[in-house]
Amino acid sequence: MPGKLKVKIVAGRHLPVMDRASDLTDAFVEVKFGNTTFKTDVYLKSLNPQWNSEWFKFEVDDEDLQDEPLQITVLDHDTYSANDAIGKVYIDIDPLLYSEAATVISGWFPIYDTIHGIRGEINVVVKVDLFNDLNRFRQSSCGVKFFCTTSIPKCYRAVVIHGFVEELVVNEDPEYQWIDRIRTPRASNEARQRLISLMSGELQRKIGLKVLEMRGNAVVGYLQCFDLEGESGLVVRAIGTACTLDKLSSPAAFLPACNSPSKEMKESPLVHPPSHGCRSTHNSPIHTATGSRLTQNFSVSVPTLIYTGMGSGSAGKEGGPFKALLRQQTQSALEQREFPFLTLTAFPPGLLVHVGGVVSARSVKLLDRIHNPAFVGIMGNTRSYKLLDWNSFNSDEPETRDAWWAEIRQEIKSHAKALGCHAVVGYSESTSICEEVCILSASGTAAVLNPRFLQEGTVEGSLEQRIEENLPVGCGFCHIPYDELNMPFPAHLTYCYNCRKQKVPDVLFTTIDLPTDAVVVGKGCLIQARLCRLKKKAQAEANATAISNLLPFMEYEVHTQLMNKLKLKGMNALFGLRIQITVGENMLTGLASATGVYLAALPTPGGIQIAGKTPSDGSYEQHISHMQKRINDTIAKNKELYEINPPEVSEEIIGSPIPEPRQRSRLLRSQSESSDEVTELDLSHGKKDAFVLEIDDTDAVEDVHSLLTDVPPPSGFYSCNTEIMPGINNWTSEIQMFTSVRVVRLSSLNLTNQALNKNFNGLCENLLKSLYFKLRSMTPCCLCHVNFTVSLPEDELIQVTVTAVAITFDKNQALQTTKAHVEKTLQRASADSEEPLQFPLELCSDSMPAPAFPAAKEHLESTSSNSGTPAAQRAVTVEKASPMSDGNFRNRSAPPCASSTVGVVKMTPLSFIPGAKITKYLGIINMFFIRETTSLREEGGVSGFLHAFIAEVFAMVRAHVAALGGNAVVSYIMKQCVFMENPSKNQAQCLINVSGDAVVFVRESDLEAMSTQQPAVNCQTSCPGEVTT
Amino acid sequence: GPSLAPGARSEISALPEVALRLLARPGAVLAPALGERGPGIAMTSELDIFVGNTTLIDEDVYRLWLDGYSVNDAVALRVRSGILEQTGATAGVLQSDTMDHYRTFHMLERLLHAPPKLLHQLIFQIPPSRQALLIERYYTFDEAFVREVLGKKLSKGTKKDLDDISAKTGITLKSCRRQFDNFKRVFKVVEEMRGSLVDNIQQHFLLSDRLARDYAAIVFFANNRFETGKKKLQYLSFGDFAFCAELMIQNWTLGAVDSQMDDMDVDLDKEFLQDLKELKVLVADKDLLDLHKSLVCTALRGKLGVFSEMETNFKVCDPVQALPPKVLSAQPPASGAEDRTPKIPAPQNLSRGLVNVAAKLTHNKDVRDLFVDLVEKFVEPCRSDHWPLNDVRLFLNQYSASVHSLDGFRHQTLWDRYMGTLRGCLLRLYHD
Repeated sequence: MPGKLKVKIVAGRHLPVMDRASDLTDAFVEVKFGNTTFKTDVYLKSLNPQWNSEWFKFEVDDEDLQDEPLQITVLDHDTYSANDAIGKVYIDIDPLLYSEAATVISGWFPIYDTIHGIRGEINVVVKVDLFNDLNRFRQSSCGVKFFCTTSIPKCYRAVVIHGFVEELVVNEDPEYQWIDRIRTPRASNEARQRLISLMSGELQRKIGLKVLEMRGNAVVGYLQCFDLEGESGLVVRAIGTACTLDKLSSPAAFLPACNSPSKEMKESPLVHPPSHGCRSTHNSPIHTATGSRLTQNFSVSVPTLIYTGMGSGSAGKEGGPFKALLRQQTQSALEQREFPFLTLTAFPPGLLVHVGGVVSARSVKLLDRIHNPAFVGIMGNTRSYKLLDWNSFNSDEPETRDAWWAEIRQEIKSHAKALGCHAVVGYSESTSICEEVCILSASGTAAVLNPRFLQEGTVEGSLEQRIEENLPVGCGFCHIPYDELNMPFPAHLTYCYNCRKQKVPDVLFTTIDLPTDAVVVGKGCLIQARLCRLKKKAQAEANATAISNLLPFMEYEVHTQLMNKLKLKGMNALFGLRIQITVGENMLTGLASATGVYLAALPTPGGIQIAGKTPSDGSYEQHISHMQKRINDTIAKNKELYEINPPEVSEEIIGSPIPEPRQRSRLLRSQSESSDEVTELDLSHGKKDAFVLEIDDTDAVEDVHSLLTDVPPPSGFYSCNTEIMPGINNWTSEIQMFTSVRVVRLSSLNLTNQALNKNFNGLCENLLKSLYFKLRSMTPCCLCHVNFTVSLPEDELIQVTVTAVAITFDKNQALQTTKAHVEKTLQRASADSEEPLQFPLELCSDSMPAPAFPAAKEHLESTSSNSGTPAAQRAVTVEKASPMSDGNFRNRSAPPCASSTVGVVKMTPLSFIPGAKITKYLGIINMFFIRETTSLREEGGVSGFLHAFIAEVFAMVRAHVAALGGNAVVSYIMKQCVFMENPSKNQAQCLINVSGDAVVFVRESDLEAMSTQQPAVNCQTSCPGEVTT
Repeated sequence: GPSLAPGARSEISALPEVALRLLARPGAVLAPALGERGPGIAMTSELDIFVGNTTLIDEDVYRLWLDGYSVNDAVALRVRSGILEQTGATAGVLQSDTMDHYRTFHMLERLLHAPPKLLHQLIFQIPPSRQALLIERYYTFDEAFVREVLGKKLSKGTKKDLDDISAKTGITLKSCRRQFDNFKRVFKVVEEMRGSLVDNIQQHFLLSDRLARDYAAIVFFANNRFETGKKKLQYLSFGDFAFCAELMIQNWTLGAVDSQMDDMDVDLDKEFLQDLKELKVLVADKDLLDLHKSLVCTALRGKLGVFSEMETNFKVCDPVQALPPKVLSAQPPASGAEDRTPKIPAPQNLSRGLVNVAAKLTHNKDVRDLFVDLVEKFVEPCRSDHWPLNDVRLFLNQYSASVHSLDGFRHQTLWDRYMGTLRGCLLRLYHD
């Protein structure tokens, strides 16, 4: 008997009125785990029942502990008829299963009903006693820690990074079972929620087993997703990076050792990575394979783009032998693994050696019913079945979802190899499903890693030193990893502008976060490429083929847009690149987001040149030159805005062989259809080469216009989709995480691609504008980790969901830091560091955002409120100091609000909390909710419905974190928000899946107070020198 | 129902101020379409929401919502405030933002009806200072509105009158409803509660001390149905009444005697009111009256600017004897000078008036007319004689105190309980 689960039901509050006659409720609670159920007494006639139950004890396998959620149902007792359910709480026991996480779950949980939403709260205490039973054949993986964070969690140290783990589980979707026709929507929703909860638990347990096999103890960058395949079933899949983590000893947790990101930069002992920027090129879209036509599975593997810098020219001098050595070692470490992928986007110092470029692969599949002969079905609340995964009963089926993914991963791996890389970092997978068509996508960044972290017991000494000697600070990762003489693509390389020893590409695209030691000029910014393509409605194979044919062009255009916009910003590298292709009934959308920066190691990007096709016409010429001027002006303006003023470096210093003379390369617009033509495209462009846009048709003109219509954020705002905004590091502790959703209906029968693009673009731009407006009181601030998700729920509907966090920063201090940084790293550029950097420190204090709109406020006051009081009358009353002095909003003494009993829980998509240290990870939060309504209008329409639901989801996440003893969720992500409406029936349904890491953080200011009070003997002896910071 | 759209665009009366306000109202300024129209395709917004982990509260929009403006009107008012120029936002952005805030407020409204719920709920994470602001403003009311409702029964019938009040005051019907419902809700909750009225209100509605006291006055007035709407009471502000209410609650209710009673602060002490009849002797007994007068006159001679008027008016109020005002040191209020000549002073004297008010308080009807009586019997006569406030104060002090020297008078305590409060009230009520 490996575990005993103990549950106590304490009390309820704010329950709904269930008995209209008495306006009260006779509530009791059912506590269920596995097949065992306990009940509390009925607490008569109260909306705030005090059950104070005994401890309910469940004796269970730890396997069940991992799979099963604790299910708490609150009911209203009814003597004469069936008891009415008030709502449920599902509690994931997992955080109690590993020693370092939470020890008890205790707190108020919202009681949730899929039809009515939150209906009161219930206070529950949960504990687990685990018995060690080592002899048993292990089916459980208790003790393996899971983190959503895609970097090594603060307060841990990575001993070994073992590599990629993945798993998927398949089942029938209860919503599509025959029984669904006869049961209530509530029962159906609950069956679904419960099933997904079970599947998640099982998946996590299986991944845990794999980690144990690899002798790891944790999964970092754990990403779990659901594929709602409708008729063909429900897939839950997860990927992550297996690691062996060491907890930094607890006193250290209170010291700068487990640090905020900025600190890590400075301390990293092994800073080698100056490498190269890569320039992006991409090989021509080619149909690699027109998938094998299997009986039911039609599969088309779609061209894969490799964005990478490409080089030609001679090998770096010192780099050569060392690089070879490194490669060898890495190779041996990684090649034992099937897929040398890491889901991490930020790395321990020294791990990331070189970055090759973005690799991605997509494949279009036709879904088929998942055969599940062993499936017994879920009836009511009994668990009479065992979940089965695809492999276990599908051995006779050659094509499984596992195989689909394996195929794609294989492709990614070979792309990475082509770039001279043996690993892929910042790796992620996604799907887009419409009816029976599914696009599987994977992408990551090809990289060369330092094998030291990848093997157990590697001798650390010598290699480490060599790395340190050989790799210059801040640019190593930009240096090309591939062989310059044997490049897969044409490209222009130059010597690194930072160290001048190694070759770098002229542009670098990556899916990872900006390495903390990277030398950056100025600030970064969010760059998005947006694209819509019409598609004919079609069935099955024809549909899949149509999609497959469109994909290369979309990839190509997205890439072109990104490149153009990057140049327009005067920048030369993209981080955090994420390209989402979404399939709908009659269109495809592509949305790429990334954070553009200017890497000091890479050459200054050339401008953009416009060329007309027929240069005969005078007015046409004029038009062209006008546009050219606008583009040049925009570039100049952006450089100023983002403070991009790299030091001038003369050619001689760079010296060295500048490879073959560059000709102007032309960027031709892809002219749909003929793929042959596209194959010939050469996107290379050198440092001096301008990017040439040829305007030969109205589409092209539109494109140029759309380039220029992207409005920069209003002053005081910056935005990025990475963890940290390059060039800003002085965050204050004020953060605001938010989710914004928009759905628009396109109402036109004859859509054109062009109009569609314009609308889609407008939708995204307006959404951003709205965010800036809403958050204006936080300026100066930065929207970090801006994450757009597009879905096409119906024919003419486009849904865009954005989650991000706004963080305020101290403008003046930020400048100071920038200055220090710039000076440190670019000593030679002493020329231009005068004026703007000299803010005296005192100014810092009053850099708070000015009250938003004083004038407006006055105006509002006089026009809006207080209407009825004539001015004279008001004057009189004021003078008399009456209890009610002017009938309006006045400054009153602070109301006697008893200090709120609800603790604040912060949520952020970032892995850290500004101005605070994370002292403990309590476990992952992974929650799935369904909400349905049959009274849409009464709930405020679709907006009212979804607004309330998302607020409820936040509330439930916060409540679970608080019950674990935490005060924040980091690496929070809303993985799915599937919204369906049927206004004519007054109905809507929404599914939301969120996850993140529950943590305890302590404010840095509190820490200081602590350390000054308690004689800091320990600290000082253990790590001298850090105390002063 | 959650219908946000048809905002309460109040029907407007023709009062001049209201007309002025109307000019500042949105009207046709704009009603921006949600989806900005792009050439080619029309794009309509089906859904548009923003949810923050910390609930965003825009104070300006909150005010517009409380004032009962529809989304479109609110957007128009915000446009007028120049916000678009300041922020570079578009009308569409403003519309979306306003809708969003309105939706949030609508969801919060249910909680605001029972403010402790707002503190304990889990759905909206709102910093305590913001919670306080939300509550305080939600319960804040307009002077013009409260003056219309004060002392009336908070019943359905009155609710129907809200249309008229809205028309008269220019406050939107929606806002009138909110304010009226607030009064009624507070009234219902604390009506039958034991303990201090202000404390009860504060505890159940988490209002500031100031606002809780105002509500105590509203509840007290509603419960005792004091008449405040008569024309001659129009010059009084809510503050004047609230001040009196506080004094009365402190001294004239059951709670003033026994702090353990139910309803202690809302109901007047019936026994006390009955006893007040005993005071009649002060005017009925000629000797007592004369003695009282002479005590007051002796003490005040030379100190009072309006001494002769006081002396005359103390008991007799014969029109023939009423002397023209001798303006000495104190300046009578300027307005009084012209229109007083033809005036016939009321045929009572001050003391008789005050004592009669007391004696009548046994009847509910007369309790309701308390303020009308005080103004008629005391404030108006004094005002017509241009008593400076300070003279009124001196007089009332002396008038109250002298009773202690009346040997034949046995109800000193009763007198003090009555007059102590009345003196405070009268001083407050005595202005133009």
